[in-house]
Amino acid sequence: MNEFLLILGMALATFIVRYPVIVLVGKIPLPKSVFKALRYVPAAVLAAIIVPGVLMPNGDNIIDFSPSNAYLVAGIISVLVAWRTKNVLITILVGMGLFLFIRLVLNGG
Amino acid sequence: MTTQTHTLTGSAPIASTRAREFWLGFRDTLPLMIGASPFGLIFGVTAVTNGLSAWAAMGMSLFVFAGSSQFIAANLVAANAALPVIWLTTFVVNLRHALYAATLAPHMKHLPQTWVAPLGFWLTDETFVIVARRYQEPDETPYKHWYYFGSALFMYVNWNVWTLIGVIAGSSIPDPARLGLDFAMIVTFIGMVVPMITTRPILFSVITASVASVVFKPLPNNIGLLIAAILGVIAGVIVENRQKPIPETTNTRV
Repeated sequence: MNEFLLILGMALATFIVRYPVIVLVGKIPLPKSVFKALRYVPAAVLAAIIVPGVLMPNGDNIIDFSPSNAYLVAGIISVLVAWRTKNVLITILVGMGLFLFIRLVLNGG
Repeated sequence: MTTQTHTLTGSAPIASTRAREFWLGFRDTLPLMIGASPFGLIFGVTAVTNGLSAWAAMGMSLFVFAGSSQFIAANLVAANAALPVIWLTTFVVNLRHALYAATLAPHMKHLPQTWVAPLGFWLTDETFVIVARRYQEPDETPYKHWYYFGSALFMYVNWNVWTLIGVIAGSSIPDPARLGLDFAMIVTFIGMVVPMITTRPILFSVITASVASVVFKPLPNNIGLLIAAILGVIAGVIVENRQKPIPETTNTRV
């Protein structure tokens, strides 16, 4: 494994989906409808990262809908905390604390 | 929807300066950095325990700077995958950044390439979300790219510092992935997305993306994530267009 080539290729593969897209899309006048549609990107992407993360935490594509799934339990409580507080820091602290409590204390690590 | 109800970006400054935007970007990114830290640590540990050299692990965080693809690459290295396979996988896993870039592009037209190139390189899930929100705030300050700069720079430094700690700690600490520290990223994203759900179209967009992300999860290379996000966007637009048109206000933030 040539680590230099590994990183060079990865860096290029990542950069070309970022920088050139900004330049190209900036050059074409976007229809207002596309512009409006893109407003939904942040929430949609985040949801699409979160939900498999809590429902399928073992990376095996199997839904674990049980109370012993700490990702799911802490995830649901975190949603409630985020909804009530609208504060990302409080959500992280409560959610992470609860998650570690379930993992380390209730599930015994 | 008032500025008081969202705490990610806080209140928009009245008299905006470069320095003020920069520090606002940093301040709003700080909680997200806390959430990203364990992820950086786990990457550092995973990379060296999977057979990458300390230099390669650091090099990835310094020059690639894309968390989930770095993890996947480290695992592919351990599995002796060929270089083109790793490159292609990286490309596909990071395709969602093209969606981010397209979203931000109209706001960055006026910037010289000396700004666009580094800001483009520094695009991450976290920075994208808070910068997209900042750009949608109604105040017309010309310095919102300084907000982007503040957010991106600190995400970058933070990610690299935690990678370094992970690389140094290596196998001498208990496997942080087994502890489930990866939940930190998930809970950060929960804290970000829930306050965004302020309208019916966004709610339907989120529900659609959620369901689709589970349905398409078995597809390789996170491609299901991209499909789910696009379906979520389409759902949001459909619900929005079915609603009775409401008078445009000056505060049309998502």
